[in-house]
Amino acid sequence: MDARANEFLEYVQSGGQVETGDWMPDEYRARLVKFIEMHGNSELMGVLPERDWILRAPTLQRKLALTAKIQDEVGHAQLIYRVVEDLGKPRGACLDDLVSGKAKFHNVFHYPTKTWGDVGVIAWLVDAAAIVSQKALLKCSYAPYARIMKKICWEESFHILHGRDVILAMVTGTDEQFELVQEALDRWWEPLMHFHGNPIPAEDDPMFIWRIKSQGNEEARQQFLDGYVPQIRELGLVVPDPNLRKDEERGVWLYTEPDWEKLRSVVTGHGPASEERLAFRRLSRQDVAWVERVVLAEAA
Amino acid sequence: MIFEVFRQERKGQPFQHAGSVVAPDEQFAEIYAREQYGRRQESVALWLVARDDVSEIAEFPDEFDLKYRRVDGYSIKTRLREARERAGTLDMAPGGSDAA
Repeated sequence: MDARANEFLEYVQSGGQVETGDWMPDEYRARLVKFIEMHGNSELMGVLPERDWILRAPTLQRKLALTAKIQDEVGHAQLIYRVVEDLGKPRGACLDDLVSGKAKFHNVFHYPTKTWGDVGVIAWLVDAAAIVSQKALLKCSYAPYARIMKKICWEESFHILHGRDVILAMVTGTDEQFELVQEALDRWWEPLMHFHGNPIPAEDDPMFIWRIKSQGNEEARQQFLDGYVPQIRELGLVVPDPNLRKDEERGVWLYTEPDWEKLRSVVTGHGPASEERLAFRRLSRQDVAWVERVVLAEAA
Repeated sequence: MIFEVFRQERKGQPFQHAGSVVAPDEQFAEIYAREQYGRRQESVALWLVARDDVSEIAEFPDEFDLKYRRVDGYSIKTRLREARERAGTLDMAPGGSDAA
């Protein structure tokens, strides 16, 4: 690394923030683009599992709330792609790389949503896991991204409440409804444990080194477990990991080691719903291509 | 075109930068900004400015050491003590004789 890049590294490590027009090392820019682009892709792909349930939502109120949440997530994708565009990668190129399978999106969006229980678990726990990661981005060394995360976190807090409300309605309902939640939790636990990534020490994580993230993967997972395992258990739900417990002395959660090979396989497009989701995104991209053409032609 | 969006949260408050939208023209930019920054009643007004129309000043050299324009340009601690000693009022100062 040359002297200028070193100076930049010291600057961000001491809490300094960077604006779009500032000089930055190529590696920093490349890592930002890759990371933020994946975040944008995840917001965009994340609406597909929920979209499947708009027509099947149990009440009009739920349908409206779910639709609003989906609009928020698409809005997040747009805000985030805007940040990527300013770093030099056009939105069209992001979408091309997404549908061709070159760019990644978050593991949890590679799974199917089988029941209404899944919708509750996603809005409550997947969004809670996401908020833990996103809060660690509020101090991101790249200021435009940090600023937009403030708005995103604010909107996500409504999603968690909506999810919790869906779950509470079901766990206080019939036995079958309760079972739907437990069964969904059983299926979602593994993806949730994968969510924050393998426990690479923060000091070895380039995302932390450049202060793009302000905490390591394991720290994030511990924070999620700390916040949500008690909330899951108080409803009488069972976390499907017999080894999960808190070591009160060390203040850390112990759990069965997740299969990290499986996570790698899922995020590289081999999850149970990866192909179907990408095919849908490809199709809708073709379907709306004419809108882009007309709008741009009219504005020209 | 890129439009910078500024939003006012409540009447009487300053407009603050909220983010930006990309749109083929002003009309689309207004629709996008309204959706993106106002759909939850979180703004009472928005300003849209084409990014190319923003002039930025980002450097403020201080060749002449303009500290005398700021409060941190003045250190009165020692002199105030001296003055109080001379006037014999050290005890009257807030906090007694230990006062700054």
